[in-house]
Amino acid sequence: MTDHTWGFRTRALHAGARPDPTTGARAVPIFQTSSYVFEDTDDAADLFALQKYGMIYSRLGNPTVSAFEERMASLDGALGAVAASSGHAAEFLAVTSLAEAGDHIVSSSHLYGGTITMFSNTLARFGIETTFVDPTDVDGFAAAIRPETKLLFTETIGNPSGAIADIAALADVAHANGVPLAIDSTFSTPALCRPIEWGADIVVHSATKFIGGHGTSLGGVVCEAGTFDWGSGRFPNMTEPVPTYNDLRWWDNFGEYSYLTKVRNDHLRDIGSTLAPMHAWLFLQGLETLDFRMAGHVANARAVAAWLHDDSRVAWVNYAGLPSSPHHEMSNKYLPAGPGAVFTFGLDGGRDAGATFIESLEMISHLANVGDAKTLILHPASTTHSQLSDEQMAAGSVTPDMVRISVGLEDLDDILYDLDRALENAHA
Amino acid sequence: MPEREPIPGWEPPSAGERKRILDETRSIAIVGASSNPARASNFVATYLLSSSADYAVYLVNPRETEILGRPVYPSLEDLPEVPDMVDVFRRSEDLPPIAQDAVAIGSKTFWAQLGLWSTEAARIASHAGLDVVMDRCTKIEHARFAGGLHLAGFDTGVITSRR
Repeated sequence: MTDHTWGFRTRALHAGARPDPTTGARAVPIFQTSSYVFEDTDDAADLFALQKYGMIYSRLGNPTVSAFEERMASLDGALGAVAASSGHAAEFLAVTSLAEAGDHIVSSSHLYGGTITMFSNTLARFGIETTFVDPTDVDGFAAAIRPETKLLFTETIGNPSGAIADIAALADVAHANGVPLAIDSTFSTPALCRPIEWGADIVVHSATKFIGGHGTSLGGVVCEAGTFDWGSGRFPNMTEPVPTYNDLRWWDNFGEYSYLTKVRNDHLRDIGSTLAPMHAWLFLQGLETLDFRMAGHVANARAVAAWLHDDSRVAWVNYAGLPSSPHHEMSNKYLPAGPGAVFTFGLDGGRDAGATFIESLEMISHLANVGDAKTLILHPASTTHSQLSDEQMAAGSVTPDMVRISVGLEDLDDILYDLDRALENAHA
Repeated sequence: MPEREPIPGWEPPSAGERKRILDETRSIAIVGASSNPARASNFVATYLLSSSADYAVYLVNPRETEILGRPVYPSLEDLPEVPDMVDVFRRSEDLPPIAQDAVAIGSKTFWAQLGLWSTEAARIASHAGLDVVMDRCTKIEHARFAGGLHLAGFDTGVITSRR
């Protein structure tokens, strides 16, 4: 093999996908199987004891899922990856692999509403406490760290506030305090930002969004850099003997590979939130064109944002790609190719005008998702963020008049035509 | 990983060079083999002895007599053949004399496991013409090229259109 450094688009097509050695199949086969035959009883015992690599049961691993995991790791500049059944499952794996009852995490307050609810509701019931801070307030993250804090968590691009994380500064704060920085990079994908290059340790994605790119399948992934020192004593579950694996110690036995080995063989094993092979295969198809699609999404999003910004029927537009955005400078640093294709705006006439606007759209879909090839629209305060309290909504910059758009790959003129007609109706 | 001082006359072998070393290796001596199944040396020995790999594996430890049902040799000189590779699981400060032993018996590769690093050992072995690998795991590197690491979701860096 050569030591050539392959480019992003090449890796998006090839990483993790050698031709099948048995059949020569060039496309990654869909291994629609729950389990795998052992060579003999020694082989089975070695596999179960993690003493050799291989497939046991698809809850722990599946060859189609492996191809997706390796490709994601390659594109994100990660050591490796563990896929999950949804973006939410990936976040749950990433956080609860490190934090347990009595522990604490520090999180951005601008997250997707479902993530805030996971942290403030379910994780709280498990005894994991979260302190939410403004994602643009790096000192706020530092001030919230306690001895029992296990990680810092934020989104590269806040959903829906559009706040851009100062990843390098947050990584410095995290590392100075001996904790990893975990980033949800769903809105940017590795095509626009690779947080590990800026110092992040753990990157999670909802693959359901731009990675799949076609609104067909749910999935998620946890990527890890492999550079964090888990042996400091702050993470006993990485350094203490593991009774279920003959008292091995993750950090001692697997070194830089220990975190992801533990996530898969300890945590995913017990929780079971596994990605289905069919979905992994659809995500592999999505990744092949990721760079091209993201460029198309960003080009359309920039044009739509600028058009809305110049329209008198629109009260405000919050897209970090616009020079008027408070997040524009941070966006230029971390997302030089553009801050994705999901952003928010508000209409003159507030919530009622927004409702009429959304109901007047003909081609743009009113639904709760982002990152489809099709343009999508939503009213966060009554949908994705409706389970939040008024205080949580205010902390997340979710306003009653806010409309969220995920700009798709249709002809720009058609997106603008549909928006224009609906704006006209909303103001009739 | 801690920062490493450069070692004159030696560069950490690239992925391609590590693959060549493993491909050219037929026999491996594990120095510092342990009977404790929780220890990395035991773990790696089990892997190298399994159907995943195809090596003659010799276990070396003066304080053990049998590990994994196999005889344990007190020193490299006591092995029934000259191993192609000497794979060391000891503390970094113990590496130089083992590198000298590897040179003395005529091994082709001196390999120090994950977390181990010795400028002196690298100098001794590389000056004698041995391939030197440090701070790498033979199991992980074998699995990187043989497909095991890929199945575990890790980036192998391998891109190929060949079967």
